[in-house]
Amino acid sequence: MITEALVLSAVLFVVGTFGVLVRRNSIIMFLCIELQLNAVNLSLVAFSRMWGIDGQIFVFFVMTVAAAEAAVGLAIIISIFRHYETVNVDSFNLLKW
Amino acid sequence: MTALLFYVFAGLAIGGAIGVVMARSPVGSLLFMVTTLAAMAGTFVLLEAHFLAAIQIIVYAGAIMVLFLFVIMLLNLGHDYRRDLKGGAFAILSFGVIGLIAGLVAQQLGASGAVSGPGAAAIDAAIAERGALGAIADPLYTTYVVPFEITGILLLVAIVGALVLAKREV
Repeated sequence: MITEALVLSAVLFVVGTFGVLVRRNSIIMFLCIELQLNAVNLSLVAFSRMWGIDGQIFVFFVMTVAAAEAAVGLAIIISIFRHYETVNVDSFNLLKW
Repeated sequence: MTALLFYVFAGLAIGGAIGVVMARSPVGSLLFMVTTLAAMAGTFVLLEAHFLAAIQIIVYAGAIMVLFLFVIMLLNLGHDYRRDLKGGAFAILSFGVIGLIAGLVAQQLGASGAVSGPGAAAIDAAIAERGALGAIADPLYTTYVVPFEITGILLLVAIVGALVLAKREV
C-alpha cells in the first residue's frame, strides 16, 4: 500500500508539473500547482505510515500554507486581469528579459 | 478489498489529474480537480489518516476550490476556449518521465524493503487510545505548537495581502 501510494504521488506530481509547463491559462497553472502540493501531501501521509504521525502534521501545515497561497495568488491574478483583460501568461511580459 | 479500493481511488485521481491538464475551460479543469481531491481523500482514509481526509474534503474541495470558482466567475473569461497546450513531442516526453519516475520509486522501495516501519503500529495505537482527532491534535498542540502559531500569523498576513491586492483603490 505504501509503495503504491508513493508511486501514485509521483505520477500526480509529474502530471501537475506537466500542467504548469504546458498550459498558458494562469488559473489552470495555479490549479496544477495545487495538484503538485496534493501529490506531496499524499507522499507525506504514506511516509507517516512508516515513521509516525509527524508526517500527517506536516500535511496539515501544507494545507494551511496552500490556502494562504491560493488567496494571495488569486488576488494577484485578479489585479493582473484588471490591467491586461486576460489571464494568458504570454501576455504578461513586463518582467521578461 | 483495501487494495482494490486503493486502485479505484488511484485511477480516479490520475484520471482527474489528466483532466485538469487537458480540459479546455477553467471550470472543467476545476471540476476534474475536485474529483482528484475527493479520490485522494479516499486514499487518505485507506492510509488511516481520517482527520486529513475530512480536512481534504472540507477545506480543499470545499473552501479552496470554491475560491477558485469565485475568481473564475468574477473574471468573466467568456467562451474563449482555444487550446493553449504547447507542443506534442513535449507532451510525450513528459509522460515518459512519469513512467520513469514511478518505476524508479517502485523499484527502489521494493529493493530496499523500506516500505514498513514503526509508524503504522504507533499511529494505530494513538488512534485507538485518543481517537483519530486526538492522535493529530496532541502532537500539534505540544511539539508543533510554535509552527502552529506562526501559521496563524501567516493566514492573517495572507488575508491582509489578498485584500490589498484585490481592492481597486488602496
